[in-house]
Amino acid sequence: MVTVIVIMISGILIGYLFRNQKWISGPVGKIITWSIFLLLFLLGISVGTNDIIISNLDKIGLNALLLTVGAISGSVILSYFTFKLFFGKNEK
Amino acid sequence: MKSSLAIVGFFISGILGGLFSFVPEFLQDSNLSNYVLYGLMFFVGVNIGSDKNGWNVIKKVKFRILLVPLTVIIGTFIGVSFTSLFIKEINLRDSLAVGSGFGYYSLSSIFITKLAGNVLGVVALLSNIMREIATLLMTPLFLKYFGKLAPIAAGGATSMDTTLPVISKFSGIEYAIIAVVSGTVLTIIVPFLVTLILTI
Repeated sequence: MVTVIVIMISGILIGYLFRNQKWISGPVGKIITWSIFLLLFLLGISVGTNDIIISNLDKIGLNALLLTVGAISGSVILSYFTFKLFFGKNEK
Repeated sequence: MKSSLAIVGFFISGILGGLFSFVPEFLQDSNLSNYVLYGLMFFVGVNIGSDKNGWNVIKKVKFRILLVPLTVIIGTFIGVSFTSLFIKEINLRDSLAVGSGFGYYSLSSIFITKLAGNVLGVVALLSNIMREIATLLMTPLFLKYFGKLAPIAAGGATSMDTTLPVISKFSGIEYAIIAVVSGTVLTIIVPFLVTLILTI
């Protein structure tokens, strides 16, 4: 997966060189959107042909929900302290 | 890009196509998705590199604002580590990777599928979609009990676009800029953080 990071960093450098070419953001955005569509379609296919995933979708969904509850609760609770310590003082 | 129903639509039509096996063989070739992924990553890079606005926003903001995405990262890690104690099937590292999507479900689930397999990819997709939906629905509650940064923290990477309207409505327009900065920083970090967690 180092390959992916190398590819991405070379993309960033090339993008930076072309940062004054306004026209590229349109086509680049389209390519990104359609590659994401295609990849999620392909992920869907591999899920649909995978009996283990299909028969465990309820369990997978429950695990996803637990992780979401953890992620949001942790962020929101910690943000309370960040707010009190660094932002709240400047209110009113 | 992160939210549109189209994304879920493509995923579900893929599942149906797979279930009822009317998909041509060549689409099930995993090399194909590798090449598309490489292309995607290159163009995500070009997008980040050429985005003058993003760089300007990050250059100009005060250090204090960068505490917000930092709060989201640390808070997410703490929370996910805690709930992963109750999940037998997913270990701590994989849980942290799912959390590192910060709501950016399209890109994070694609990366996680490649690095850790289909099952975790689906968990990442569902979990990060839920993060966005929960932020949209529960922002008033988060605001009431945890203050004005809470909706931004809940939204994670989505606070720069899909959840921004709700956040600026409830936290106030002066928090919209913080939401955009925090969401932008997290969106850029997602692919790096997910890869880092799953490869070390």
